[in-house]
This record gives sequence, C-alpha cells and structure tokens, in this order.
Amino acid sequence: VKFGVVRFPGSCDEVDALLAAERVGDAVILWHGDRDLQGADAVIVPGGFSYGDYLRVGAIARFAPVMEEVAEFAREGGLVLGICNGFQVLCEARLLPGALLPNVTLKFIFRQVALEVTHPDSPFTRECAPGERLSIPVKHTTGCFYAPEPELDRLESEGQVLLRYAPGENPNGSLRDIAGVCNAQRNVFGLMPHPEHAVDPLTGSTDGLKLFESIRAHVADRIAV
Amino acid sequence: VRARVLVKPKAGILDPQGQAVERALPALGFTGVRNVHVGRLIELDVEDLDRLPEMCERLLTNPLIEDYEIAGLEPAVGPDSK
Repeated sequence: VKFGVVRFPGSCDEVDALLAAERVGDAVILWHGDRDLQGADAVIVPGGFSYGDYLRVGAIARFAPVMEEVAEFAREGGLVLGICNGFQVLCEARLLPGALLPNVTLKFIFRQVALEVTHPDSPFTRECAPGERLSIPVKHTTGCFYAPEPELDRLESEGQVLLRYAPGENPNGSLRDIAGVCNAQRNVFGLMPHPEHAVDPLTGSTDGLKLFESIRAHVADRIAV
Repeated sequence: VRARVLVKPKAGILDPQGQAVERALPALGFTGVRNVHVGRLIELDVEDLDRLPEMCERLLTNPLIEDYEIAGLEPAVGPDSK
C-alpha cells in the first residue's frame, strides 16, 4: 500500500505523516507543483501553514496544481486524508463540508486530547471499535469546526462525523464537538488532531496508528478484489 | 478601477475576534459599544470590474462563513502599486 503525502510551501508535518505512513506501508512525498500522485493508493494532505495560510487558512493551497489531481483522485473514489491544515485545505476545496474558524479562545492550543470514534464504518476508522477513545494531540489556532445547523444535522444523520472530542475535551469550540468529518462518499476525511504525532510509544500514545492501519486495510481489501 | 472589498464574518457566525475587541473597549473607558465584528479589507486594481464578484466567491472570501461588499470604487492607483 502506497501513501502519497503532499508537500506545500509552508507544510511542516509532512515528514511525520510520511514516517507514520511508512509504519504500515510505503510512502512518498508529492510536490505541490506537480500534477502527479505517483501511483499512490491513498493521499495525505498534511498539517502546516500552506502558502503561509495567507488570506484564509487553506485558501491558496486548494488551487495548487497537485490539488487538481487530488480532487480527481477523490472523485474516482481514492482515499484522501486531511490532517489539520490539510483538513482546512480540503474544506476550502469543497471536498469536505464545513469550514474551520479561529479557536473560540483565539489562542494557539497544543495538547493531547481524548477523541471518541463515532463511526468505525469508514475506510479511516475501520480498525477502531465503536465509541473507542483515542488519545491524539491537537496543535492549531484555527480549528473550530463550523457548518450551518441543517448541514450539521445532515452530517450526523448520515454518519459523516467519524470522530468527536470526548465530553469536556473540545479544545476549540467546534460545533457539536466535531473533531473529524468525511464526505458523503466516505472516501475523503479530515480531522484537526494529528494522528501522525501519535504513532510511537516514545511520545506517549500510538492511537494515531489506527487511522493509518485502517487506510492500509481498506486499500489492501480493494487491491485483493 | 480601484476597488475595495470588505469581508466580514457572516451574520450569526461566531466571531471571537469581534467579541474580544468588544470586551477590550470598556476596559479603556469606551462604553456603549456593541455588535463589534472584525473582518478584512482587500484593495485591488481591476481591469474588468464585472469579474470581481467571481473573484470574491472563488478566492477572496469563503461564502460559507463570510459576506462581502464591494465599495470605494475610484481610479486605479497605477500599473504596479506597491
């Protein structure tokens, strides 16, 4: 299973994402200016400050040449995981619903949070148990998930909210404690917490690996068919 | 022409920056201030004003969370204002 990890000018978590992906498969860096996914089975849009996050977070990056390929890949059913800034980019690209607003505290937050797996029935969470708690760090200033109320109702009824902050753990004011959502087709997923920073016992938690293992299992099943 | 695009948080959307400013003003003795919202001003010279709304909707704003208005039309500053 081959992961492609996008690198924009201003990305800073692409190497951790690459190393995390390499724990479960192969991984390559995809340069933002190249319209080439190098045959990746799954694409990760990583954290950081793409194009300086000028104008709005993720607003410029969504027009990067590589993103045209990522959008096409997503339309064809390819798995795309957006982490933090990658989540923001995928929302700006309209590959995911909603938007990320500044944290209600207006402060940068950097800490471990407890998440609850709301729906394990997705390519990104299938290795988790329903309601399982994951300990994964967040580090962001613009992570307050927003969507209009009817859209939030729809996301919940369609089971697109895959991860929530556990009760009392919501660090940024995200509506309905939403930490991660997928698209209607369930092949594009974005989350603010950083699973790639929770893969080694050295840093306290390996719960983030479950997302990478889920992707690997899903792709392996598809290849086997 | 030179145009100004005023961008502000959509009505009803949480605006923590506006709230922070609203809380800070009374601390300086400025009372009676309400409904503070913090947005962004984008100034630009455009050759084809008809295309400005499309620019606003595709890049300059995120229509899901922001409203905009086009204001302050005047002659362009020059070919390359820095």
